[in-house]
Amino acid sequence: MATTELGAFGVMAALIRRDVQIALRRRAEMANPLLFFLMVCTLFPLGIGPEPARLAALAPGVIWVVALLACLLASDGLFRSDYDDGSLEQMLLSPASTYLLALAKSIAHWLTTGLPLVLMSPLLAVLMQLPAAAIPTLCLSLLLGTAVLSLVGAVGAGLTVGLRRGGLLISLIVLPLYIPVLIFGASAVQAAADDFSSSGQLAILGALLALALPLTPLAVAAGLRISVDN
Amino acid sequence: MACERDDVLLFEPLDMAVAGGAIVQLEGPNGVGKTSLLRCIAGLSSRYRGEMLWRGQTLQAARAAFAEETLYLGHHPGVKAALSARENLLWWSALRGIGASDQVDAALAQVGLAGYESSPCYQLSAGQQRRVALARLFLAPVPLWILDEPFTAIDKHGVAQLEMWISDHARRGGAVLLTTHQPLTLTERVVKVALSAACDDQVAEDTDGDY
Repeated sequence: MATTELGAFGVMAALIRRDVQIALRRRAEMANPLLFFLMVCTLFPLGIGPEPARLAALAPGVIWVVALLACLLASDGLFRSDYDDGSLEQMLLSPASTYLLALAKSIAHWLTTGLPLVLMSPLLAVLMQLPAAAIPTLCLSLLLGTAVLSLVGAVGAGLTVGLRRGGLLISLIVLPLYIPVLIFGASAVQAAADDFSSSGQLAILGALLALALPLTPLAVAAGLRISVDN
Repeated sequence: MACERDDVLLFEPLDMAVAGGAIVQLEGPNGVGKTSLLRCIAGLSSRYRGEMLWRGQTLQAARAAFAEETLYLGHHPGVKAALSARENLLWWSALRGIGASDQVDAALAQVGLAGYESSPCYQLSAGQQRRVALARLFLAPVPLWILDEPFTAIDKHGVAQLEMWISDHARRGGAVLLTTHQPLTLTERVVKVALSAACDDQVAEDTDGDY
C-alpha cells in the first residue's frame, strides 16, 4: 500500500490543490469577480468621457477601488460551500492544525481571485490611460495588496459563514481593514504615474502583508470554530 | 452532562461511558438532541455543561489525541460535488496526514463504488455520495466512530453491509456511537441510550469507562 505520511505543509498543499481544482471546475463562479473588475473599469471611460488626461488622473484610484470591491465580492464565498456540505466540519475535526488550514484556504483563495486580478490589471491600465511607466508599480502594488485583501477577507468570511446572510456584515467587518491597503496601493500607483518613487508605499504594503500573513489565520481559525458551534 | 440549544435544555442529564468494543445507539424522538450530543462529543459544539473524558483526560486537554482517534460523520457528508470520489477521499486522507491513493480505490471498492472513482460527485446519487463519505471508515483505522444517521439514503443491501462493518469494527475493539431510527440487526450487543426530555435519569454503563 502506498501510504505516505504528509507533513504540515503536505496537508496545506493538498488543501490548496483541492481548492484550485474546484475553482477551475467552476469557472463561472471564478470569473465573477474578474468580470466585475473588467466591467466597472470599462464603464468608467464611458461615464466620464474619453479624454486621456482626465482618465489618467483617475486611473490609479479607480483600478484600486474596483479591485478591492472585486476581492470583497469574492471573499463571501470563501468558506460558504465548505460550510454547506460539511467539509468545514471535517477540516475542523481533523488532526491538522486549523491555523494552517485557514492559511491554506486564504492562499488558495488568493490564487483563484487575487492573482487573476493582478494579471488582468495591465489591460485595464491601458484602458484607463494609465502611463505605461506606472504599470509595473500597479501590478506590484496589486500583487501585495490583493494578498492582504484575501487574508483579511478570510477573517470576515470565517466569522460570518454561519449566518444565513453574511454579505452585508462581512463588508462592515472587512472594509475598515481594507482601507489602509487601498490608501497605500492607490498612492503607490499615483506616485509612479507622476514619476516619483513609490518604494515607500510598496514597503508599507509589504509590511501589511507580513503582518496579515501570520496573524489573520489565527482570527480565521477562531471565527470558524465559532461559526460551526451551534 | 447536559446540552442546551437556544436556552432550552435538550435532554436530561446524561452519564455514560463508552468502552472499546461497544456499540452505542442513541435513541429518542426528533429534536431531543441526538445530533447536538454527537456534535458536542465530536468537539464541534461547546454548548454543553458537564465534563467529557477521553482516556481519562478531559476532552479539552486531549483534543489533539481525540482528533486523531475519532471519525465523525455528520448529516452533511462533506463530499464536494465538483470533485470526483477519488479526489474527495484523497483530500480527506491528506487532512489526516496520509497520502494513500491505493487505499482510496480499495475503500471505494469496499463501499460498492468501484468504477465510479473518477466520476464527479454531482453525477452520483444521494446514496452514492453517502457511500463516498462512508468510504472514510476504511481509510483511517481509528478506534471511535461517531456516526450521525449513517443509514440515510443507503439502500437495503448497503444497510446490511454497514451493519456488518459496524459489528466488525466493534469486534476489533473499536467503539461506535451512532444515531439512527432504524432497528439494528447486529451480531454484536448494542447498548441503547434513550435520550428524553422528560425522563429523569439515563444511564448506560458499560464495563469500565475507558473512553
